Amino acid sequence: MKKDNLFYLVGEGVPNRRPTRPYSDTACSFLAAMSELLLTHREFPDVVSFAFFCRRANITRLKAEFGSSEVRLGRGLAFHITPSNIPINFAFSLVYGMLSGNSNVVRVPTKLWPQVDIVCGAINSLLERPEFSELDGGIAMVRYERDDEVTRHFSERCDARVVWGGDETVRAIRCIPIPPRAIEISFADRYSFCVIDEDAIMKLSDAAIARVADGFYNDTYLVDQNACSSPSLIVWLGGARRSPEGRERFWRSVEQSARKYDLAPIHAMDKYSMLCDFLTQDLGVESVARHGNLIYRLKLASLNDVENLRGKFGVFFEYEADDIGEIAPHVTSKWQTLTYFGVEKDTLARFVTDNSLTGIDRMVPIGSALDIGVVWDGYDIIRTLSRVVWI
Amino acid sequence: MFQFEEIASLPPFSLAQRDKEALFERAMTDLTLHHLERCMDYKKIVQGLGFDPKSSHGVLDFPFLPVRLFKSHELLSTDRSEIVKTMTSSGTTGQRVSKIFLDRETSARQTKALARIASDFLGGRRMPMLVIDSSDLLKNRSMFSARGAGILGFSMLGRDVTYALDGEMKLNFDAVEDFLDRHRDENILLFGFTFMIWEHFYKTLAKSARRLPIENGIVIHGGGWKKMRDEAVDSASFREALRSVCGASRVHNYYGMVEQTGSIFMECEEGRLHCSIFSDVIVRNHMDFSPCRTGEDGLIQVISLLPGSYPGHSILTEDTGCITGIDDCPCGRLGRTFTVRGRIAQAEARGCSDTYEKR
Repeated sequence: MKKDNLFYLVGEGVPNRRPTRPYSDTACSFLAAMSELLLTHREFPDVVSFAFFCRRANITRLKAEFGSSEVRLGRGLAFHITPSNIPINFAFSLVYGMLSGNSNVVRVPTKLWPQVDIVCGAINSLLERPEFSELDGGIAMVRYERDDEVTRHFSERCDARVVWGGDETVRAIRCIPIPPRAIEISFADRYSFCVIDEDAIMKLSDAAIARVADGFYNDTYLVDQNACSSPSLIVWLGGARRSPEGRERFWRSVEQSARKYDLAPIHAMDKYSMLCDFLTQDLGVESVARHGNLIYRLKLASLNDVENLRGKFGVFFEYEADDIGEIAPHVTSKWQTLTYFGVEKDTLARFVTDNSLTGIDRMVPIGSALDIGVVWDGYDIIRTLSRVVWI
Repeated sequence: MFQFEEIASLPPFSLAQRDKEALFERAMTDLTLHHLERCMDYKKIVQGLGFDPKSSHGVLDFPFLPVRLFKSHELLSTDRSEIVKTMTSSGTTGQRVSKIFLDRETSARQTKALARIASDFLGGRRMPMLVIDSSDLLKNRSMFSARGAGILGFSMLGRDVTYALDGEMKLNFDAVEDFLDRHRDENILLFGFTFMIWEHFYKTLAKSARRLPIENGIVIHGGGWKKMRDEAVDSASFREALRSVCGASRVHNYYGMVEQTGSIFMECEEGRLHCSIFSDVIVRNHMDFSPCRTGEDGLIQVISLLPGSYPGHSILTEDTGCITGIDDCPCGRLGRTFTVRGRIAQAEARGCSDTYEKR
């Protein structure tokens, strides 16, 4: 397809390589080589962490975990529609498509992120190497403004469609059909929260609390608290000896970590307007605490409809619970990531299974909310993007 | 209890800041209590922010509403049946606009305050007035846009009000020349929105061989510099440009907004914007809303003693600027002076939910 507004950053036309087995040697080597090229871009931490994900040791580990008990092949062509506001997400989506054995066409962000050029430049230079010739023609990276005709063109030809970007995007893309045999993975709007044991916070050394706070900063402020897996709600588990000392200590520490946050004046206004707007709603806000304009905290008396209360730029809702089980009635399928501190993994696993929850797909320690992996949003992505040959 | 009449007949720039603060502390306390009693949303916010209206506060300490709240909420401090006018901010189609509800009293205060402030610059007598806009703008009287309201408000200060532009925003030379003929040797008031004057008056004259003799004109203009900055026009070059095409050398910009109509901030002969007895300005740091020092840039908070029918007496705008002085302007007017840099810059938020963005 040729259109004035359709740009190919890698490849040309619809990729049409035959599918391979997941974690093919060529794909793994390609990612290892890409990792080496990208690790030098120290100025972009997100590029470096992507490169770190692609390094040979990590891919080899993932391959071993994946196992080889069944015969699998890629589905054919995977068409990825990736989010504009997270510069590196498109690269992960491509990697999932490659590791599952597919040809890939990836719509990259329309915003001109330098990260996109860096990654696409690396891909282009690798595709010229003879050892990767079999991948040439199997990857297309495209940039286009919203255009249903272009989306339809790729959708009609794909065997799997991967849609990132929230409810509205998913709804809009669903109107454009894919072939009957094709499958779709869609990443809708999600809600995430954090559970912290207040006593555990009190037991930490100053250095240790600073590390937790840095982790919390990375989960939230690093992406303007606007990623699906960034928590909006903090649940404080206090037990019998409840005192707010633990949480005050935690927030003071977060305030220290957030000193480096570049709060744009317009975002300060967004945040203040959001706070005032929340206050006019009858949400049962018991109290408000503000740490300058860096942290706004709204303490809730109840969790009714809490999933519709999304913070941004450092606006958090807080709730006190004696037991994590109190949260269960409020969890819907919209709930994605639970970040935690001071709570046992087993307790968390039982919380989800014993309460038969329809939501919560991930439970990771504070600091890992944004660590994207081959399992995301409850999907085992590599398995979903490949098919089983039953023998 | 503070009464508007206390200040209505004071010369508008006659109070030194120290005296003004004492007055404003009292007035702000009473206004805040007034709105707390009458506007439920205002009460929820002010209480939520932890403000105690019963203890005494300095002017710096009173809560302020973010200007955007007037777009998302209908804020009233009176019964809807008392509303005689609803003003809206000028926004392009699809944008949400501010809605400001005026009862008879607040509307009258606005008219009075505007007249008092303007007369300090224009003198007490009504002057022949040329509006650099089209009269078509005022055809729909039920909703008042900011531009329409500005023109109507200022029109009260003029006589023989004549519109210089036709329905297609073209300069009507014949009408303007007739107007000038009628008022030879008189001082003339030219009023309009900064961009309208620039685009439809200045540019037309600059291209035309015809010249309009308006040496005895006083130009008052307001409404923002956003589009002008794209063309790298500032207050000084605007003045110079106007002088070159029509000879008018007295040019006053003003800063105002539909959320606080009437208590506008006028630019004096020295190029400083002045707070009047009806208003004040505080500049705040965006990181914690602490007040900025003189000369330090920040977000502009505007205070007006006029709003009674809606809780708009203390508003945090999305404009940046800085205080330029207190009681020290060479023009002799007392109180704070400031300058406006412009609207705060847009910035993209990170996040993962906007792939298939709307065009």
